[in-house]
Amino acid sequence: MSTDSSSAATSGSNGAAPKSLADVSANRASNRAPGNNPIGSGLEARGVHAWFSKHHALSNVSLDFAAGTVTALIGPSGCGKSTFIRTLNRMHEFIPGAAMAGEVLLDGKDVYSDGVDVTKIRLQIGMVFQKPNPFPSMTIGENVLSGLKLAQIKAENKDDLLEECLVRSGLWNEVKDRLGAHAGGLSGGQQQRLCIARALAVKPKVLLMDEPCSALDPGSTLRIEDTIVELAKSITIVIVTHNMQQAARVSDYTAFFLSDGGPGQMIEVGPTNEIFSRPSDQRTENYVSGRFG
Amino acid sequence: MTTTEVKPLRPWATTPRQMAPMALIFSGSFFITLFVLAFTPLKGKLAFVVFFFLFSSLANTIYSVRKRGRKALGETLAASVIIGGSLVVFLPVFSILYITLRKGIAGIHMTLFTQSMSNASFLDPVGKGGLLHALIGTLYLIMIAMIISVPMGIMTALYLTEIKGPGSNFIQFIVQAMSGVPSVVAGLFIFSSIILATPIKASAVAGAFALAILMIPTVTRTSQEVLLLVPADLREAGLAMGATQWRTVATIVVPAARNGLITATILGVARIAGETAPLIFTLGGADKINLNPFNNYNSALPFYVWKGLTLGTPESLARAWSGILVLIVLVLSLFIAARTLGTQKMKK
Amino acid sequence: MSSAVLPGSATPKAREITTNPRTSDKVFRGVVTSFGFSALVLLTLIGIFLAVRGFQTFSTEGFHFVTGFKWDVSTDEAGKITYDMGIGAMLVGTVLVSTVALIVGVPLSVSVALFLTFYAPAKIRTLLISIVDLMASFPSVLFGLWGFFVLMPMATYWAKLIYKYLNWIPIFDSPQPYFERSPFIAGLVLAIMIIPIVTSVSREVFAQTPLDRVQAAYALGATKWGMIRAVVLPFGSSGVVGGAMLGLGRAFGETVAVYTILNLVFRPNWHVLFGAGGNIASLIILKWGEATGLETKALLAAGFVLFLMTLVVNMAANFIVGRTLKSGK
Repeated sequence: MSTDSSSAATSGSNGAAPKSLADVSANRASNRAPGNNPIGSGLEARGVHAWFSKHHALSNVSLDFAAGTVTALIGPSGCGKSTFIRTLNRMHEFIPGAAMAGEVLLDGKDVYSDGVDVTKIRLQIGMVFQKPNPFPSMTIGENVLSGLKLAQIKAENKDDLLEECLVRSGLWNEVKDRLGAHAGGLSGGQQQRLCIARALAVKPKVLLMDEPCSALDPGSTLRIEDTIVELAKSITIVIVTHNMQQAARVSDYTAFFLSDGGPGQMIEVGPTNEIFSRPSDQRTENYVSGRFG
Repeated sequence: MTTTEVKPLRPWATTPRQMAPMALIFSGSFFITLFVLAFTPLKGKLAFVVFFFLFSSLANTIYSVRKRGRKALGETLAASVIIGGSLVVFLPVFSILYITLRKGIAGIHMTLFTQSMSNASFLDPVGKGGLLHALIGTLYLIMIAMIISVPMGIMTALYLTEIKGPGSNFIQFIVQAMSGVPSVVAGLFIFSSIILATPIKASAVAGAFALAILMIPTVTRTSQEVLLLVPADLREAGLAMGATQWRTVATIVVPAARNGLITATILGVARIAGETAPLIFTLGGADKINLNPFNNYNSALPFYVWKGLTLGTPESLARAWSGILVLIVLVLSLFIAARTLGTQKMKK
Repeated sequence: MSSAVLPGSATPKAREITTNPRTSDKVFRGVVTSFGFSALVLLTLIGIFLAVRGFQTFSTEGFHFVTGFKWDVSTDEAGKITYDMGIGAMLVGTVLVSTVALIVGVPLSVSVALFLTFYAPAKIRTLLISIVDLMASFPSVLFGLWGFFVLMPMATYWAKLIYKYLNWIPIFDSPQPYFERSPFIAGLVLAIMIIPIVTSVSREVFAQTPLDRVQAAYALGATKWGMIRAVVLPFGSSGVVGGAMLGLGRAFGETVAVYTILNLVFRPNWHVLFGAGGNIASLIILKWGEATGLETKALLAAGFVLFLMTLVVNMAANFIVGRTLKSGK
């Protein structure tokens, strides 16, 4: 995992990061060894920039996401984290006036190169949004399998796949008796887990999550965090979060983004407990110790 | 670390290289269509358009399927149907404008604007007599209808947006229902209520009443939309300064919406300028100029066209075409005026 | 209003706020309110007057007025006028012509609305939208002229083709090979006339499709058409239905275009390709010129029937469209 810092490293923190965050993440990190998993996510961003019309929103972000890890992107509002993950699954280009530069490599191939079928990319890099968005005209079961229908993928055993996805997203026990009910009747947390199951049904290699818990109550949040940790055993996850405790709880690696009035930049990336206990960059330390943001 | 200037790119946009196969498809279809038309009994502009579209869609679909697999079939077919359907809709518009121009221009004479039909008959060739009486009639109709409808329409819109009193939902519903009243019914209503029961007989005023029934809902709806666009803070600012509601509305809200309200009026006029049916019951269809809008039959542009059309001889039809050309020019100018005003407001 | 509630005490009752508007405001409100209700008054008046004037017809002819298929006003040698008036044939015609207009017009409108919202390049989108709105301002007499001189020759050709291959379907059969001036052609012209309305409503509804669902579909790897099918169409379907009903209301009442194209004959004609028929609106202007006395009242009664039909359809349509736009489903 490469560590990028844009300024000379200052001396390590003198315990300025709240002891609890580093402890939390250290506890987690000791449970698993990153890079131990067979799935090649091979997702790498090289020198990614993003523009909205003339506005340069994101500058020169390079990140390599190892297979089977959870990477958290933290930083204050408006510094380009959401924009960045949208360049990974090519959702950025839907915005009128959008432009980008750099490369995003999936299994070594640039997803932006000529002749690439963008719908196939999005099957391999899934996304869960901040506000749960199940399809209201479909039942719970139809929602989960909707990705298959949209991509015209044939599945041998739909029922097994349905159950598997709902189990993995932690929703199975609550809905197994009402798969034919409409998705709108679920609570916010349940809807979000439904969206996770839906994203899993097309068997992506990478799952991008854009602040998935910020619209949910603390109880649902914790359940989804448990789900994320479970999922990371078989899939690579990139999660944008405002909540540093959450980053400490679920992620193996953390990248800190910041904008100083200009385009957003990635300041520093590293194993999560290091970012919270011994960040290399002063700005990172200021953020994680709560001095701003 | 220094950052060199990086150029923003759009790798997802269609490159010229990707457009080359499309160019090939279109030119190929063009020639095949010509070929088909030359050697089969199918002829004409319409056949050309239809077959060109069919061939190019077919070729496009085959190309997409070969390039991206069977999944692209649904996507390409849907795109072809949608674009084809849109073609079918836009073609008649141009056809209508084209034929109006072609057939109408033939009948344009100076006399059209200087004479009425008092000394000529519709069976006479074009050049004798004109539509001055109809122009004047239309002018009267528009003015009187505006005087009635604009205050009514704007006031109703004000009631719905500013006062929001009891029954607003119901009135909203009623206004929408009124906008569906057929023009025939509006004419019949004025006939049965005013012409039969009051001293006002078939005249410009009666016609204007009928047109007002049609114009009021349009003015109300568009004014409503415009008034709703005025930000609430403006109103709150006025009231916070201690102004009464009526002062706030009159001095702040209405001027802010002024351009939009004018657009609403113009669109309402455009709608009624071309109405024929209500006039048949209320206008009388005179052939000479009548400067008195309250008494005696009058005429209007759509009525003039209607007369020419229903007589059916080549001369009367030529008159009808030139009449409709004048009418279309009028409607188009009103429409363009409304649009320019509309976009001006946006920029402010 | 109420400060923090101490545990154990009851919640204080909210105070009533009353405003006493100034006189000028009272006048303002009075004036505007009366104008607001005038729309209501006007609509009711229309219904009343037409019904009252036409009442005589209903009392003499009774239900036969609606179901009868003949319209005979004859004067015999003694100068006595006999009336046998029934609008049944015209009702058949109204339904037939409007149905053709809907079947042809609604799919086309949905195509255009989808095209404008999702497929058209941004640069020409505003221009195309203006063209559709311009279509809505075209005078109906223009559609009559164009329909008669341009569309009819082409459509007669298609009608003959349909007849040749499909005349085993009863509705496409024809008692005589007279294909000009048929309900089919009139329906085609009406279709073009209702397309601006239906497109406008559909477009409004499609443009309001919630963006998060659209993004969810794309993030799952949907193509544009897949997204439209999964998200846009389910969301907008009731809006489109409402728009179609608005178009239907317009088609019911269309007078001049139908009068010009359709061969107005008094027999109920279900054969859509055969050149005969009529609708209520064109009946009224056909007979108006020479009508007197009882016949005039009958025509007013016919107008009342038309008013009711259009009113019902329009109210239902507005209700449906309002529900879609407000609820966001």
